[in-house]
Amino acid sequence: MNCIIIDDEAAARTIVAHLCSQVDNLDVIEEFPNAISAMKFLNRNDIDLIFLDLHMPDFSGFDFIETLKNPPKIVLTTSDKNFAIEAFGYDCIVDYLLKPITFPRFLKSVQKAQKEKVTPRVAAAPAAPVVKESTALVEKELYVNIDRRLVKILFEDIYLIEAKGDYILIKTEKKNYTVHSTLKKIVEKLPDSLFLKVHRSYIINFKKIIDIEDNSVLIAKNVIPISRSNRPELMRRLNLL
Amino acid sequence: MEQPNLSYINDLAAGDESFKNKLIEVVKDELPVEIEIYHSNMNSSAFAKAAENVHKLKHKLGILGLVDGYETAIAYEEELKLGKSSLKTEFESILVACNHFINDL
Repeated sequence: MNCIIIDDEAAARTIVAHLCSQVDNLDVIEEFPNAISAMKFLNRNDIDLIFLDLHMPDFSGFDFIETLKNPPKIVLTTSDKNFAIEAFGYDCIVDYLLKPITFPRFLKSVQKAQKEKVTPRVAAAPAAPVVKESTALVEKELYVNIDRRLVKILFEDIYLIEAKGDYILIKTEKKNYTVHSTLKKIVEKLPDSLFLKVHRSYIINFKKIIDIEDNSVLIAKNVIPISRSNRPELMRRLNLL
Repeated sequence: MEQPNLSYINDLAAGDESFKNKLIEVVKDELPVEIEIYHSNMNSSAFAKAAENVHKLKHKLGILGLVDGYETAIAYEEELKLGKSSLKTEFESILVACNHFINDL
C-alpha cells in the first residue's frame, strides 16, 4: 500500500513517516507541507492512503477532501477531538488519529485501511441555479463596515472572497478588506453575473480567472480549490470553446 | 509542576537513536518559531490567530510528554476562540519550561 502525508508541521510529518516505516508494505511516496501541492500530486498519481492533517493554514483537511474527485482512503491526523462526527460523514475517511500518535493506535488505523474497501462517494446533483432578483443586479458596488466607516468596494475590483472564521477577507486588485460577516451573507449582495461560490470557503469573481486545472482555479496568484459539487456550475458559466 | 520529558519520543523511537535525534532536531527548529508567532499574535490581541498557534503548540506539548500541559492547551485554545485569556500565564509558563528543556537537549 502506498501513501502520502499531508501536514504543515514538520514534526508531525516526521512522526507519521517513522510510524509508516515500522509497518510492512506501507510505503511513503511523498510528504507535503500543504494541501495545494498535494492536490497537484494527486492529479497525476494514484495513491492508496493519505495521512491528512485536519488543521492547515491554506484550508482544512475537510476542504481538501471536498476537492478530490475520487478520494483514496484517508486517515485524519489531528490534535482536535471535536471533528470525529463530521469525519465519519465521509466514506473515504477510515480513521481519526489524535496527536501525539502512538504506534499501537497507528497500526490499528493502517489495519483498518487495509481491510476497508472504499466505495466512491456519489456526488450530490447540484441544485438548479437560482437567479437572484436582488439589488446587486443593478448596483455596481458594495459598502462594507470597516472600523466604523462604510467603505465602498466596486464589484469589478473584487477577485476573491475568502471565509476566515467569523470574518471574510475581500481581496481586490488594490487592497484587501477584512470584514465581520459570512460568505452566506455576502453572496446575497453579489451579482450572479460575476460571482460564484466554488468552495465552502471561497467565492470567486469568475471574470478574473486565469486558468482552471481540474479541481483548482488560479485567480491572481491564488490557487483556489473547487468543490466537486460546485464544479458543474462553474463549468456551465464558462464560455467554453 | 509537570516537567517536559522524552517519554513519548523514547516510546516512539523504541531504541532508534537516529530517529530520536532527528525528531528532537525538528522540534528544536519548529518550537521556538511557533512560540514567537504565538507571542506576536497575543501582543497584537489577535486571539483567533493565537488560538491556531496554541492548537499547533498543543502537539509539541504532547511530543514533550506533557499530559496536563496538553489539557491546559486544549482549554486555552477554546477560551482564546472566545476572546478570553485567563489561562495565558499558566500556558506561557509551560512554553518557557519547554523552551528550556529543548535548549538543554
